[in-house]
Amino acid sequence: MEQIINFLDDNTLAMLSLLVLSSFLGMEIIGKVPTVLHTPLMSGANAISGVVVIGAIILIRRADATDYLTLVLGFIGIALAMINVVGGFAVTNRMLDMFKKKERKN
Amino acid sequence: MDYSNIIDLLYLVSIIVFIIGLKGLSHPESARKGNQVAALGMGMAIVISLFAPETGDNNYLWIIGAMLVGGGIGLTSAKKVAMTKMPEMVSLFNGLGGACAMLIGIAEFGNLPAGTEMMSGAVLTNIFAMFVGAVSLTGSLVAYGKLNGSLRDNFTLPAPQIINIASLLGVIALSVMIMTQPELNMALVYALLGLSLFYGIAFVTPIGGGDMPVVISLLNSVTGIGATGAGLIYGNNIMIIGGILVGASGIILTVMMCEAMNRSLVNVLVGNLGASGGGSGSDREEIVKEVNVSDLAIQLKYADKVTIVPGYGLAVAQAQHICHEIENALEDEGVEVRYAIHPVAGRMPGHMNVLLAESDVSYDKLLELEPANDSFPSTDVVLVIGANDVVNPSAKDDTSSPIYGMPILDVEMAKNVVVFKRGMSTGYAGVQNPLFFGDKTKMLFGDAKASLGKLKDEIANA
Repeated sequence: MEQIINFLDDNTLAMLSLLVLSSFLGMEIIGKVPTVLHTPLMSGANAISGVVVIGAIILIRRADATDYLTLVLGFIGIALAMINVVGGFAVTNRMLDMFKKKERKN
Repeated sequence: MDYSNIIDLLYLVSIIVFIIGLKGLSHPESARKGNQVAALGMGMAIVISLFAPETGDNNYLWIIGAMLVGGGIGLTSAKKVAMTKMPEMVSLFNGLGGACAMLIGIAEFGNLPAGTEMMSGAVLTNIFAMFVGAVSLTGSLVAYGKLNGSLRDNFTLPAPQIINIASLLGVIALSVMIMTQPELNMALVYALLGLSLFYGIAFVTPIGGGDMPVVISLLNSVTGIGATGAGLIYGNNIMIIGGILVGASGIILTVMMCEAMNRSLVNVLVGNLGASGGGSGSDREEIVKEVNVSDLAIQLKYADKVTIVPGYGLAVAQAQHICHEIENALEDEGVEVRYAIHPVAGRMPGHMNVLLAESDVSYDKLLELEPANDSFPSTDVVLVIGANDVVNPSAKDDTSSPIYGMPILDVEMAKNVVVFKRGMSTGYAGVQNPLFFGDKTKMLFGDAKASLGKLKDEIANA
C-alpha cells in the first residue's frame, strides 16, 4: 500500500489527469472523418507521433560528453524519429497537394 | 531566474498548435493547412527542447548530426515514394518512431542512478516505453513486409493465439521480476526487450489480407502511446499530450475503418481472414463470358451512364492516367462517367482517392459507397478495374465466406458489368468471386493498362 502511495505523488496525479483529458481530446478531435482523408490523416498523425524525438534530444543533452553508449543510442533514436517526422509531414503534404490541384481546376 | 515555467508555457503553445493542426487534418477543406500547422507545432517543440535548460553536456553536435541524417532520409524518401507504396511507407515510418521510444527506454535503464528503488514510477515508465516502442517497431516491420510482398501474406506462427497470450503474460512476468529485484538487473531488461520485440511479430503475423490497413492504423496508435511513455520518463508535457492525441485519434480511426468493413476490432485481431481459403462457393454455373475491346468500346459510347470501380490492381498497373483519358473521351461523347470508391479500395482507406487525385480525376466524380450503390440501378455499364473483394457478392449472401458481412459495391444492380482482370486468380483476401460468373458479367482478360489503352483507341475510332 505504501508503495502504491509512493507512486501517486502530486506529480504522478497531475500526469494522470493530463493523460486522461488528452485521450478524450484525441477522440473528440477526429470526430467524423470522410474516407477520402483516412490515408492523409493516418500519415499526418503518424508524423505527430514522431514527437518522441524530443525524448531522444533530452536524453543526449543530459548525457556526459564521454557517455558514448547513451550518445549512440540517442543519435540513432533522433535519426529514426526524424525520418518519421520529416518524412511523415512531407509525404502527407504531397498527398494533400493532389487534392488541392483539383479544387483550383473546378 | 527559473526558466522552467517559461519553457512549459512555450510547450503549451506548441501543444495548442498541434491540436489545431490535427483538427484541420480531419476536414477536407483544411487538411493541407492542418498538416502544415502540425508540422509547425513540431518544429516549435523541437526548437524549445533544444534550448530548454538542461544539466548535462548538451552534446549539440550529436543532436544536429542525427537530425540532419534523419531529416535528409525522411525528406528524400517522402519525395521519391510512389503513391501506390503509401501504406508501406506509413508503416515503415511508424516503426521508426516506435524504435526511438524503445531506444530511449533502454538508454534510460542504463542511466538509472545506482541504488534506484526498482518498485518506482521511473522504472515502470521505462518498461512501458521500451515495451510499447518495441512492439510498434517489429509489428510495423512485419506489416511493411506483408504489404510489399517480401513476407508471404498468410505467413503465420503455429497456434498464434496461444503464442500471443503466452508472450504477453511473459512480458508482464518479466516486468514484475524487474521491479521486485533489489537492484537493476540488466539481463532481465534485455530479456524483456527481446520478448517485446517478439510479441510485436506474434501480434501482427496472424493478421493479413484486407485487414492490413486496420493494423497499420492500430500500430500508428501504439507508436503514439509509446511516445507518451517516453514523455512520462521525462515528465515532458508535449510528448505526453502529442503521443496520447495520436494514440486516441488512432484508435478512433481504427474503429471507423473496422466499421467500414462491418467488423469489430476484436474480430480483425483474432479472426484470421488472410489465411483462410475461401467459402464454399456459390451455386452459380461457373462459366465466364468474355467481351472483346471493340464491342465494349461501342457499348460504352452508346451508354448514358458509366461507372468505374477502381481497385488496387488499377494502381499497380499504373493505369489511373489512361483511365482518366477514357473518362474524358467518353464525356466528350456525352456519357456521364463516375467512379465508385469503396471505403477500403486500395491498400488503405482513402488510398484510392489519393491515387485518382494524382491522375487529375475530379473530386466530384468520386462516389462513396452508399451513393454509388444508389446509382447502380440506373447505370448502363460498370467497369470493374483491378478490384475484386470489394465487389464480391458472397459478402452479402454466403455466410461461409470469410468476407461475409463486409459492405460491398453492389455492381450487379447495374445493367452490364465488365470486369478487367489479369486472370482468374482470387483477390487480396483469397476468396473466389461469384460476380465473375454472373449473368450480367463479362470478363476482359489481360493487363489493365494494356486493355484500357486498346479501349481508348477503339473509342476514338469507333
